[in-house]
Amino acid sequence: MALSVLAPEFVVKRDEELCIECGVCTRQCAYDAQIINPDDGTVSTDAAKCVGCQRCVTLCPTGALTVTEREMTGRSHPNWTLGAQRDIARQAETGGMLLTGMGTDKGYRVIWDNLILNASQVTNPSIDPLREPMELRTYLGAKPDRIELDADGRLTTEVGPLLGLDIPVMFSAMSYGSISLNACLSLARAASAAGTYFNSGEGGLHRDLYEYSDHAIVQVASGRFGVHAEYLDVAAAVEIKIGQGAKPGIGGHLPGEKVTQPISATRMIPEGSDAISPAPHHDIYSIEDLKQLIYALKEATDYSKPISVKIAAVNNIVPIASGCVRAGADIVAIDGVRGGTGATPTVIRDNVGIPIEFAVAAVDGRLREEGIRHQASIVAAGGFRNSADILKAVALGADAVYVGTSALIAMGCHMCQKCYTGKCTWGIATQDPYLTKRLNPEIGTRRLSNLLRAWGLEMKEMLGGMGMNSIDSLRGNREMLRAVSLTREEMDILDVAPAGM
Amino acid sequence: MKRIYAKEEYCIGCRLCEIYCIFQHSGCQTLVKAFSDQANLPEPAVRVEEDGAICFALQCRHCDDAPCVAACITGAMTRDPQTGAINHDEDKCIGCWSCVMVCPFGAIQINKDKGKVGSKCDLCEGEEVPACVAHCPNEALVYE
Repeated sequence: MALSVLAPEFVVKRDEELCIECGVCTRQCAYDAQIINPDDGTVSTDAAKCVGCQRCVTLCPTGALTVTEREMTGRSHPNWTLGAQRDIARQAETGGMLLTGMGTDKGYRVIWDNLILNASQVTNPSIDPLREPMELRTYLGAKPDRIELDADGRLTTEVGPLLGLDIPVMFSAMSYGSISLNACLSLARAASAAGTYFNSGEGGLHRDLYEYSDHAIVQVASGRFGVHAEYLDVAAAVEIKIGQGAKPGIGGHLPGEKVTQPISATRMIPEGSDAISPAPHHDIYSIEDLKQLIYALKEATDYSKPISVKIAAVNNIVPIASGCVRAGADIVAIDGVRGGTGATPTVIRDNVGIPIEFAVAAVDGRLREEGIRHQASIVAAGGFRNSADILKAVALGADAVYVGTSALIAMGCHMCQKCYTGKCTWGIATQDPYLTKRLNPEIGTRRLSNLLRAWGLEMKEMLGGMGMNSIDSLRGNREMLRAVSLTREEMDILDVAPAGM
Repeated sequence: MKRIYAKEEYCIGCRLCEIYCIFQHSGCQTLVKAFSDQANLPEPAVRVEEDGAICFALQCRHCDDAPCVAACITGAMTRDPQTGAINHDEDKCIGCWSCVMVCPFGAIQINKDKGKVGSKCDLCEGEEVPACVAHCPNEALVYE
């Protein structure tokens, strides 16, 4: 076999003074980078196989291991960066598309970091959330054009189906198949406990998740996997998946070897067969076609639940989102360029789609101009890291956000971006029974619940600081944002004033 | 009495329970120190039984009707009247292996060098939570 010219990507350092040769690292490594020598039982490392998942580092009882990114060496070149050279070499060896997982690591500017939130000083009082009630309750769905009250002040207008969220954060679509059942269970239980929603993704709803289906948003995607009457009936809302931020414009492919018996039963496809989601919905080539599917689903669910449309943020996101609302979508979920995935061609992930900050602000502005903003809620997605990012999105017009990667990190993910290999050492993005055991859903649920609780506390604190006692007061309220180090055009799109103005 | 229970579905086979059992019974201050003297390393009283993806940690069940106590010919195996735990007195043990033969769980390890019972779970006497339970990274061992 010809020599591989690829250098290892990680340095695995084992402190021999601390290593007790217990072999925990070898048992935890799913990539055979940590090995027991059959001759003498000692442990050693094959750094070339290391993916940097940090599992061995975390489990090592003596802290003997350090895994760091290996500094790429070679003659530097401004165009032919060492990373670019590496990608070419890898493709020259394999002849294939480069695959990856998670959101882009290309380093696009995170606009959230150029936006700052306001606070009350002197002229308006801030509110202490520990002493006064603070409202994060959010309702997603179409709101009536106007409301009428009777003489007693009771609402007489009929309001359509709404999703009530105790915290404006939902778990993004992650299918059973892309992640393990234990991960799905953790998300479902945490969403139920926190009064929010998880999303089935396009893989159907495993029978064990029906218990939590009143907190489930179920997807109808281009492959229609796992879609049947009961699936639609039990869910809190139905989402038509058009696209996702990590791979706008392309479909999905769950390899046959991952289609195990329970996944085949959930997706309603033969065991071992490839689950291919076509790039487009073959019955949707226009807004009018989308309207047909939206109303087919509304009919199928007796107009009892909101219908969401999830689209990737692309160049023409504004008219597309407007079209979705006019087609009858009750919720428009927009996934930005930093959105994650279990598997995508790297070239798509890193080069297609626009940042969620611009997309959500532009869509909110246009829907207001058109007078249809109330007809649908906007859910923003794609790289939300903390409660401040979320509040900034709300101030730019989002009703709520989807978080996927943050939830995965809460469950143990260390961002090695090797989800597509199916060998997730943290037991999340895998179906290998030896690995899925590593995520105890009791621990997963607890950690996710803790994250939502912590974010809720922070959001209330920040809202209080702005003198608000309800997240509704912040929604689309650009006055609460100022821009730092953004161009005039960027500020115009965001409709945010520069700091100091 | 409180017992250690294994949750097979969450045991990840890392064997940290074995390592911390050894450390707990080594009398050393640090894990590294405990393992530096390989010759005098105590046997772990907990063992991970493993067959592919199926694995769980097994230690003495401290049976209500403990066959090892009944079978012990020297009175080395006794039940603590207060805690209910089954204890082993190495001084009294003569290495007849009667306990090993009758243990329905295979939870008693023999030490061939000493010719005696090598290790047997003592529920980490004096500790609030046994070391194996306290250090199980996936809560696959519970003490309740």
